[in-house]
Amino acid sequence: MMRIAFSCNDKPVEVEIEEHQRLIDVLRDQLGLYGTKEGCGRGECGACTVIVEGRAVNSCLYPAPEIEGKSVVTIEGLQGPDNRLSALQRSFVEHGGIQCGFCTPGMIMSARALLDENPHPDKDEIRKALAGNLCRCTGYVQIVDSISHAGGGDENDGV
Amino acid sequence: MPAVETRMMASKLEYIGGEMARPDAADKAAGQAVYIHDLERPGMLYGKIKFSDQAHAKIVKIDTSRAERLPGVQAVISAYNTPEIRIGFLRDNFALKKDKVRQQRDEIAAVAAINPQIAAEAVELIEVEYEPLPAVFSPEEALAEGAPLVHETDPRGKKRTDNRLALGYHHESGDLDAGRAAAAHAVAGEYSTQLIQQSCMGTAGCIAEFDRNDNLTIWAKTQIPFLAQRDFNNALFAMDLRGKNTRVIVPSLGGGFGTGLDTHAYEYIAILLAHRCGRPVKILYDRGEEFARLSPRQSSRVRVEQGCDKSGQLTFRKIEVLLDNGAYTSWGATYPTVMLLPATSLYRVPNIYFDAKLVYTNNTYCQAMRGYGNPELTWALESNLDELAEAAGIDPLELRLLNCNRPNETTPMGLKVTTCGLRECIDTVAEKLAWKKIRRRSKGKKTGVGLASLIHVGGGGRIYRSDGSGLILKLDDFGNVNVYYGGVEMGQGLQTVLVAAVAEALGVCPEKVIINPTDTGTCPWDVGTHASRGAFMAGNAAIAAALQMRDKIFEHARELYPELVQKNIARKKKRDPAYNPPDFNISLAAKDGRFELRGGILFVQDAPDDPVLRIELDALLRAVHFREQGEMLVSEAFYDPPNELPDWNKGYGNMSAAYAFGSQGAEVEVDRETGEVKIIKLSAAHDVGRVLNRQTLAGQTYGALAQGVGYALYEEVKSERGRIVNPDFRDYKIPTAAEMDFPIELDFIETDDPAGPFGAKGVGEPGLVPTAPAIANAIYDAIGVRIRDLPITPEKILAALRK
Repeated sequence: MMRIAFSCNDKPVEVEIEEHQRLIDVLRDQLGLYGTKEGCGRGECGACTVIVEGRAVNSCLYPAPEIEGKSVVTIEGLQGPDNRLSALQRSFVEHGGIQCGFCTPGMIMSARALLDENPHPDKDEIRKALAGNLCRCTGYVQIVDSISHAGGGDENDGV
Repeated sequence: MPAVETRMMASKLEYIGGEMARPDAADKAAGQAVYIHDLERPGMLYGKIKFSDQAHAKIVKIDTSRAERLPGVQAVISAYNTPEIRIGFLRDNFALKKDKVRQQRDEIAAVAAINPQIAAEAVELIEVEYEPLPAVFSPEEALAEGAPLVHETDPRGKKRTDNRLALGYHHESGDLDAGRAAAAHAVAGEYSTQLIQQSCMGTAGCIAEFDRNDNLTIWAKTQIPFLAQRDFNNALFAMDLRGKNTRVIVPSLGGGFGTGLDTHAYEYIAILLAHRCGRPVKILYDRGEEFARLSPRQSSRVRVEQGCDKSGQLTFRKIEVLLDNGAYTSWGATYPTVMLLPATSLYRVPNIYFDAKLVYTNNTYCQAMRGYGNPELTWALESNLDELAEAAGIDPLELRLLNCNRPNETTPMGLKVTTCGLRECIDTVAEKLAWKKIRRRSKGKKTGVGLASLIHVGGGGRIYRSDGSGLILKLDDFGNVNVYYGGVEMGQGLQTVLVAAVAEALGVCPEKVIINPTDTGTCPWDVGTHASRGAFMAGNAAIAAALQMRDKIFEHARELYPELVQKNIARKKKRDPAYNPPDFNISLAAKDGRFELRGGILFVQDAPDDPVLRIELDALLRAVHFREQGEMLVSEAFYDPPNELPDWNKGYGNMSAAYAFGSQGAEVEVDRETGEVKIIKLSAAHDVGRVLNRQTLAGQTYGALAQGVGYALYEEVKSERGRIVNPDFRDYKIPTAAEMDFPIELDFIETDDPAGPFGAKGVGEPGLVPTAPAIANAIYDAIGVRIRDLPITPEKILAALRK
């Protein structure tokens, strides 16, 4: 067992972990943040995507001890202080970017990381940024639209 | 005709056809939707299954002693210490296997432990000794003389002599020989499709829990809560819990796509473990188990021969289907029920022969997936039709238009087509692809266009004794409309349709419509969310229940409306003594019952425009409730569509109350050096009857097209001697956003079907039915290479180019 301290959704947390634990286990099982989903456990589907130090990572591959001293943001951390959905989340709701919803938290976290780095991505840049997030329901079209709108892009700019 | 009234005037629709956001979307965007992965119960244990690593073998010995001794293990079960539970469509499968295993993934034993890690460790400690048996891994091997039997007896104990299933699907109409004689051109070919994984993002799982009266509650990832209830009740009976009941609750589903059309061994194992331990037990598949231990979409081999006369009129069609059933039989084995639709009824063909043969092998057994046999058959039919067009020297577009289905025709299968927009769909696709301009054959060309069409059930699909769906509306004192519906939201947008249909048909605001969780304990019976029936059934059931509710509301209003208006007038006069009530005979209007309810406001039609004459629904409901001999308003409808259960041996019967048509086209570019296919554009035109919600409909169609692209170009579950060798997303590729980088043009043709809710037909599956043949036909147009077995990989294209 070891004790680690880190920032989760802008709040300091300290947890006891086993060395072999993954970040997703700490988030879900110890912090009760069930919004982060496990779709494959092998870093292949992106459902577990969270943002660590500004970068989108697969929390199923991220060793928990390495989060010590760092800052992690999960889907629960995107909503504002009034608990209302963020503009990016609302854009997913309004533009049909959600069907079964299992990939959605990871998809939104990847989009968040992209928009933080590139606030007005074009659709090719969006598709590239989402290549590690699988979705079986949507064919991605309305997901890309949702992110494009959130980034101020026009739904009809090309593809 | 249905016993319930479901027709709505299409002229005054407020919510149908709009862009209303999904009611479940906000929770999903917040990460707050609860999937089976997120559910826990107090005292819950974790179950894990020991699977066979042999395809066909005698079980000599199962040693569970080391697993039992592991601290934290609460129970270890096998077929040798639990009652026999038969499962599956033909009841040829068992929750836990005894005596022998018939496929690599057979469930041999299971443990329940205090956490998932201990459960996984315990399963590793179970030792199984096998005596390998000769196995069969293809229908040919299985049908060969003297082949080893996968099942020695049928479920009734009768000795089996071969590996053929006793399921017959056959159709003959017209005179095949005459049709052949009349043909100026005929082309035969064999076309095959691969095993694919449904690839739900949320893997399979359940929680089983018994109360102290031995009644079971199971949270299940299912599309058939009520048929599952029946299956699980049968299991309780087998467990000597006679007369006990199962309550099935459906949490948010991380995708369905057909995986929830059967009950699964893991669910029965969770039930057995929960009963053994007296504690709730959760079994959750990981991705590797999902790939290798859950049933994929069935592969198929279809031989097609079609002929046409000099003018291009089709004269005959002969189809022989061979299906590798795997070791056991699921509902998915009944794919030929849906194959019969395109086989007999896509385009007009007078002389038809269809036969399907299903064979047991020691491969993984298969189950349903979106389209349910239709993509498999349409792949063969529409590929072959292009080959026939070439042989006849006719443009494939012209050949299809010449033989196009028409409205109000009865097909050779006895399908009573009412509305049919196929011609408009084909025309639209041809226009969107600039067909005449792009389609040409010149040496060295690398781009091409192709198209393919579909027919599918669009008004329910009767493959069971009942094709019905019940719906309950319960109004409360606050004007809320609680909806209880037994269908399943698995991402397709059922809740969106329910909210829009109830709001529209009842006359309330969508915000007042509350969709309650799917639960067999509270919702009326529903046969299941399959066959593209969700929106069609939910819409019709909602209309029927809403119309009854309106009658109840208006009946009470006759008595209470005048009182409530008088109260309004009194209140208004108190505030404004100079107020003059409108010159309107309230009592007479109420007596005549000329009421209308829109947006939750009750009023009299043609009444003067004065707020005192408008009564809010919640005020009326409270007046109905809070008085002597008061009443709470509930209405219920059970909608069973006007369709027939076909005779499968004759392949005849009007299985749906409406038929969906559509056409898809692809423009592709093929790299002759690498064999890579690049999609330049997809066009999809679908006869949907009426658009209920454009955003949801587009989402369904885009998603289906992406699945169609994966099916066409790269998805394949690879099996070697019955073992799945690519059980992960690295080796099993589904389309990513990076691949879906081409424009998709969607066109929805509205034909306003008389059976449909607001004129709508089912649309859940059609989007992936013709995608693969449209792409294959475009590839042929581009480079003159015809690939007849899916997926169309670069390797296959290069091999064909070298020939």
